[in-house]
Amino acid sequence: MNNIKERLLNGLIKENPTFVLMLGMCPTLAVTTSAMNGLGMGLTTMVVLALSNAFISMLRNIIPGKVRIPAFIVIIASFVTIVELLLEGFLPALYDALGIYIPLIVVNCIILGRAESYASKNPVIPSLFDGIGMGLGFSFALTCIGAVRELIGAGTLFGANIMPESYVPCSIFIMAPGAFFVLAALTAIQNKIKIAGERKGKDMSKIQSGCGSDCMNCKDTGCTKRIYDDKGKGEKTNA
Amino acid sequence: MSDLMKVSSNPHIRSKSSTSSIMLAVVIALLPAAGFGIFNFGLDALILILVTVLSTVLTEYIFEKILGKKSTIGDYSAVVTGLLLAMNLPSSAPWWIGVIGGVFAILVVKMLFGGIGQNFMNPALGARCFLLIAFTSIMTNFDCDAYTGATPLAQLKSGEALDIYGMVIGRTAGTIGETSMIAIIIGACFLILVGVIDLRIPGSYIVSFVIFIGLFGGYGFNYAFLAAHLAGGGLMLGAFFMATDYVTRPITVKGQYVYGILLGILTGIFRIFGASSEGVSYAIILGNLLVPLIERVTLPTAFGKGGAKA
Repeated sequence: MNNIKERLLNGLIKENPTFVLMLGMCPTLAVTTSAMNGLGMGLTTMVVLALSNAFISMLRNIIPGKVRIPAFIVIIASFVTIVELLLEGFLPALYDALGIYIPLIVVNCIILGRAESYASKNPVIPSLFDGIGMGLGFSFALTCIGAVRELIGAGTLFGANIMPESYVPCSIFIMAPGAFFVLAALTAIQNKIKIAGERKGKDMSKIQSGCGSDCMNCKDTGCTKRIYDDKGKGEKTNA
Repeated sequence: MSDLMKVSSNPHIRSKSSTSSIMLAVVIALLPAAGFGIFNFGLDALILILVTVLSTVLTEYIFEKILGKKSTIGDYSAVVTGLLLAMNLPSSAPWWIGVIGGVFAILVVKMLFGGIGQNFMNPALGARCFLLIAFTSIMTNFDCDAYTGATPLAQLKSGEALDIYGMVIGRTAGTIGETSMIAIIIGACFLILVGVIDLRIPGSYIVSFVIFIGLFGGYGFNYAFLAAHLAGGGLMLGAFFMATDYVTRPITVKGQYVYGILLGILTGIFRIFGASSEGVSYAIILGNLLVPLIERVTLPTAFGKGGAKA
């Protein structure tokens, strides 16, 4: 139970895929023109992420190391196709709004990243919840970005008009540059909150990023150490 | 021992000019154009200029106050940014356009990249392009008490006849500071005389622009057509006041010519082949982005190194 909670929190806050890991930037920047689109994209990705994580974890002992990436992609692509057809059938409005970015979920690096770094090494239940946690974090981030962009760029929130009549929408925020402005500002705000928390001596390990921001030595101390270690191991077993 | 024999570390040649004296000269040079804008467009223009300048200066002051840094508003660079931005706004724009533009110019384009000397793009032009995309209808509405209808360049694009004399004087629709070619050139002459700018960038910009327009404009080197393109729109303001910004222009001499020619060609492309009738601001911010590359390929050889190969 503890493990499940830890996985969910990890995805939502500590290793939030958008604000901390900076993964999956393409859909993050492209589809967050409104809060609804952001939420839709986030939840769609979450379903694919949870299912593919669970499935890859189930097959982790069968898939040979050398062809694991193609195998992961096949599994992910199958789930994306299922989700795409379901969306087209039951939520055509969302399907039209997200457009090309639904099939592109296949190449979303969050999904492949979680498959490679977590699901392929851990049991099914934690992997499933890792996927859900990461998906929730992604949905949360995309909804936040979409909400800010929609509010400033169109004066609405989830389609409801909430700004006064006299408000002139600043339409650059629902265009491409606005995505960069809002993503940067929100990332800066969450970094600021973390740093302020650390200064007060609070235990921020629960919500601190997995990164010590020491990029020079990341290979030896940071979270990429795992990847480098795995590479070493992989080469040995392959040889 | 004479003074010449004194050993000291560099710099050996000092100049009395400082950031604030240069910026003050730019402010003075902009006054004729600003004054003509107020004369041409009335009180609206004056209010917009004041609001914009106030918002740039206040933004810089408050930002540095919050971050506990030394205040740099004394160097007048924020005043120059605000004044240039206001020159680029139509007089019919509401006051909050000036505030948003001023905050964006200083906060996003200048301070977030490290303040004066660190910005990669001209803050005033960055803010103008931001406003142009964000509030297109407001920024392209040149109707005011004095004039209704299109700007000279828009008329030129749709093939209407123009009053060149009025354009040179500046009695046309347009943004506050761009209409009067004469007022801008008076300011530019002052800047050249006091040595703040030289003719390398404006000269190569305007010459390459004229050649481009003559070759691809469709009218050949027709005097009236070329004059209309030179006097209309923001070319003069851009060439003398914004392309020459110390921070965002190349520092190498060769690079400055390359930069000027590049701007001339880009402006020509935007005006002739683009959807909108004006392209000076986009040309200059694109040029700003290429400055590091231009400087890299035009780096002069250090004395004593390289040289002619036998």
